[in-house]
This record gives sequence, structure tokens and C-alpha cells, in this order.
Amino acid sequence: MADVVTGRELAWRLFMRDLKAQYRQTYFGYLWAFLPPLVASLTFIFLQSQGITKIEGTGIPYAAFAMMGTLLWQTFVESMQSPLAAVTKAKPMLAKINFPREAILMAGMYMVGFNFLIRLVLLFLVMAVWKVVPTATLLLFPLPMLGLLMAGFCIGLALVPVGGLYGDVVKAIPIVAQFWMLLTPVVYPARSSGLAGVLATWNPISPLITTARGCLTGQPLDQLFEAIVVTLLSIVVSLIGLIAFRLIMPHLIERMGG
Amino acid sequence: MPMTIAPTTERTSIMPIDPPQEDPLVVVSNVKKKFCRSLKKSLWYGMQDIAHELNPFSRRTDRADHSFVAEDSDLRADEFWAVNDVSFELRRGECLGLIGHNGAGKTTLLKMLNGLIKPDSGRIEMTGRVGALIALGAGFNPILSGRENIHVNASVLGLKKDEIEDKMEEIIDFAEIGEFIDAPVQSYSSGMQVRLGFAIATTVKPDILILDEVLAVGDAAFRAKCELAISELMDDAAVILVSHNALHIRRLCNRVLWLRRGQTEGLGPTDDYLDRYGTSLSEEKKIEQTLVYSDSVRRVDLIDSQVPNQFNQPLKLQIKIDAAEEIAINNIVIGIHEVGVRQVAQSAMKVDYRVVGERILNFETEGIRLKDGNYSVTIAMYGEQFSELHARWVGVLGFKLESGIYGGTPYHFESVVH
Repeated sequence: MADVVTGRELAWRLFMRDLKAQYRQTYFGYLWAFLPPLVASLTFIFLQSQGITKIEGTGIPYAAFAMMGTLLWQTFVESMQSPLAAVTKAKPMLAKINFPREAILMAGMYMVGFNFLIRLVLLFLVMAVWKVVPTATLLLFPLPMLGLLMAGFCIGLALVPVGGLYGDVVKAIPIVAQFWMLLTPVVYPARSSGLAGVLATWNPISPLITTARGCLTGQPLDQLFEAIVVTLLSIVVSLIGLIAFRLIMPHLIERMGG
Repeated sequence: MPMTIAPTTERTSIMPIDPPQEDPLVVVSNVKKKFCRSLKKSLWYGMQDIAHELNPFSRRTDRADHSFVAEDSDLRADEFWAVNDVSFELRRGECLGLIGHNGAGKTTLLKMLNGLIKPDSGRIEMTGRVGALIALGAGFNPILSGRENIHVNASVLGLKKDEIEDKMEEIIDFAEIGEFIDAPVQSYSSGMQVRLGFAIATTVKPDILILDEVLAVGDAAFRAKCELAISELMDDAAVILVSHNALHIRRLCNRVLWLRRGQTEGLGPTDDYLDRYGTSLSEEKKIEQTLVYSDSVRRVDLIDSQVPNQFNQPLKLQIKIDAAEEIAINNIVIGIHEVGVRQVAQSAMKVDYRVVGERILNFETEGIRLKDGNYSVTIAMYGEQFSELHARWVGVLGFKLESGIYGGTPYHFESVVH
């Protein structure tokens, strides 16, 4: 646990290194933080506007609904990818230098958080354009957001042991994530019946997405309780995962080489 | 209280140590580590080991009692012992040299000492801050400036923020980076990068210092600075040094650990083992023989020879050459190689031999003044131009000198004091 504290400073340094390097070598810079979800939502906005899909019950203009959904979803996906990406990227360093290994995970999550803050600006922009007015439930917004970050993190952490050894996992994540997005009420409101209803109940990310968006739009928070449960569970699992991470890192380093 | 590396890969914390320190800083007992030859299997075994590690009910090496001893029967298919039952202790001020062939397990042992990987059985106890002069500049980001990279690299090596600020100028001065310090590292020459890496690495003052061959980097002037910096670090630390340079080992280490196929071949005073190791090096390398000759030559034979086995004895060779058509031999070169090391002597002769049919050539040297070791002789015959090769015989014969002279070729200096 002491290493988590000493690793904090290091994590911050690593994060600043990555941040500076990342945006120094791109032309559009911070635009890349929200371009992918925006493009993804445009697909659905197009389908809806042409009457190809008829998604109802969004409560707010569909374009705003879809964009908010994808922006939130993106944060989850990024935090899910973060641990494995961090380990893979730091491989040469991990194989040669002994430093608190948690630091690279933390640095990765700082980056996810930073990207989220950029997206948050866009979220408020979307709300302003479509005149979405939040109510007092806006104050609850950090909770489902924390849930999205932690849920992504603990799933990502669970992928590290296998993903650190076999390259298949890294390749599979985007495909699974894309499919998973369609199974989650990201671009459509949660259903209560049918297969979509079952998925909305048993998909742990569903309550987080709907609650996070609900907090912003001022709509009723039907799944608030579930969202709290998922958030708490994610935190507990993440802590256990961090301990496991420590134990397995020597094995990974041994097998994955420099 | 010593801390164990085995259960966690925790970077050892700094502990106050009183000067009259009798307890060893490094205790390695019966350490074993297995490695796998096949990549596919290695990954699968990795999965198994991880599952094993995470299963709280399984018997692991690193449980509190350390009673687990890995046996040969624990080796899975394609596995072997990279390090097998190695033990030693090291105190402050001591320097242990790790010697052995490539693949003897030196690097694996270093990785375990550095806490990067864990032993399969046995234990390693390290007391104090561990510093490793390995992987200089690992984690440098090419896009960031030298200054920014100093911040990152030094934090990775465990320095605190204010420590880094204090040492910043010192590091820049030592690395001789000058005005380039705010330029991106990718614009640095490779020499500048290693100098910067070295300068950062040596600001950490460890209790236990691990050195892997990086005794000096850069040009001659910088190397001298490196050696000075390292000797300062070594003064107050327990040092483990891996080097293929026998001179460095002899000069710096008071003890050596000789590994052969993961096992301890010898552990003791440097002088006792280094020479035996050197001799074994050349013994294990066979003399390679290759004979090539031009189309004009029918055959080349060694018909008689006399080889030295003591210092200052002559070498005699009698070679029969059979040429199908007339050839002119104008240059003959005879070289002596220390087997598996390098050429140590060469003689180039200007001659004028016209050869048709069989001719016998005699060669005789004066006394050969070389240190003990295994040597092989190479002979080559050329025409007027060295591009015109008539015959080259690598390893025409070999000889072994055993006269008790190890260090280097002995020379006699007259010394007079005025």
C-alpha cells in the first residue's frame, strides 16, 4: 500500500510525459479525445433522421441523446483498454527497471480522466445547443461517472494476465467493445421488456450509462440503485485486482520479455 | 529487518543502517529459476503460473515458511534450470563478480536480484536501496526534451521531486548535454542519450548496486568519468557486477561467482577462479579447421610440426604444397589466434617461390612469448597481390601453453630510479 502512495508522484510524471508527447505529435491535438465518439453517434443520428431507425422515448432531441451516450460510453471503453495498453507500452521499462508497477496503471487512468474532462466540455456544449436543462440530480453525476471509470478499470485489469501474454486480447477488445455498445442503451433508451430489457438488467454498464445521462438531462433515474451497487462492486474488485496485479507482474515480465 | 524480494516485487525501502554493519546486505539462498525453450509453451506455462499464483489454496514458493523446494521433477516439457541452487552473501564494501558463458544464468540471476522476476524456489533478501545500472535511458520519450526526460527517468528510478530538482544541474553537467537539454531527445546523438542515461542512473545512491557490463559508455574521456562515478558508488555499497571483461572483474571484485549452466561452478576469491575460468573458456572452444586453395593447387599437407607447450619455446611447421601449374608465392602470412578470443600474433613474410609440382616449405619461429591458453595457427599464401590467394589454412594446428603465466603477455621492463 505504501508503494501506491510513492507511486503517485511517479504516476503523475508518467502521465505528464504521455500527455505532452501525445499532443505534441498531432495536428488536431485534443480533438482526438472526442472525435471517435462523435463520429460513432453521427451514424445513429443519420439513421434516425432518415427514418431508418425509429428510436423513441429519449425525452430529449435524439442527436443530443446519442452524442451524450457515445461520449459517456467512450470513457468506459478507454478505461477498459487502459490497463493492458499501459502494460504493453511500458514493457521495455517493466522488464528492466524495478519501480512501483501500479504507477503505470494510475498514469493510464489519469489519461482516461483527462480525456473525459475534455469530453465533458463537449457534453455541456451539446446540452447548450439542444437546450437540455439538468435538474438537481446533476449533483449525482460524478457517481455514475466514477462507476464507469472503475467498471472499465476492473474489467481492463482482469484482461491484463491473459492480454499481457497473448496478443489476441488487444485485438479483440475493440470488436467486443463495439458489439457491447449496441447491447447497452447508449444510442437508445433502456428497454424494460424483451431481450433488450434482459440485457439492460444484466449488463452492468447499462445502469451506469442511463444514470449518468439521466443526471445530465434531468430525467428520472430509474436505475440509480443498480448504478450504486455496480460502482461499489467495481471499486472493491479494482482493489483486489491491484493486489493480484502485483503478484502476477513478475510472471508477466518473465514471459513477455523486453 | 531484512525484506524479502520473493513475495512482492516491492522496491526495497531505504532503511537506516549503522556504520559498523556486520549483517550481509544481500542473502541469496538456494535460489532456483526455470526457463522454457519454447515460446508457445512458455506463454502457456505463464498462464498456469499466474493461475497458481492467484489461487490462495495452492502451495507456492513464496509462502511465509519458504519450505518449498523445486525439484527436477517440477520441470515441465522444454523447461530447464536457468539458475539452479545458487547461494551467496554479500556485505557492504564487497564486490561480487558474476562470471560464466552466455546463457549461464547471470542475467536471470541479476533480474531476480533486481526484483523483476521471482525465484521458483529459495529466497533472496535485500536490505537497503537497490540501484541497478542496467538499461540506461529506458523509458526515455524521444519527443520530450532532455530536461523533461530527466524528471521522468529519475522518478522511475525512485528519486523524489525535490531530489531531482537539486540534482538537475549536476546531471546536465555530467552528461555534457549543454544547450541541447531543452531539445527533444530524438535529436540527440546516441552518445548523448547514453551519457544522459548514465548521468541520471548514477545520481541514485544505492546500498546494493547491480552492474551489468555498463561500466563505461561514450568516448574515452567520458568513460574515465564513468569509471570514477561508479567507483564512488561502489565504495559504500554491496556490489554485484557482471562483466565479460576479465580485467574489470580482477580490478573491482574481491570475490567471484562462477556460473555454469545455472549451477555454481565456483564461489571464492577472484584470483582463484578467474584464471581457471579463463582457461575453461578456451578449452571449451574447439579449434576450427578450414582449408581453401585455388584451382592451380592440387593439395596442401602438413607433414611435420613441432609445437610449444611452455613460454618462449619455438613453433616449427613443414608444409607440402602440390601445384598443378606454376604459381608464384610472394606473400605468406602466419597468424596465431587465442582460441575463441582473437588473433594475438601475426607474421607476414615477403618471399619469392616459384612452385610447380610438390614443394616443401619450412617455417620456424623464435620462442613464442604468450600467456597460458589455447592457440591455433593459420597460414595463408598469396601471390604478388593479396587478392591472389593460393591457399589459406585456418587452424592448421593448435597448441596449448601451460607455464603458469595468466594475466597478460609478460614483458620485462628495466626500472631505474634517478
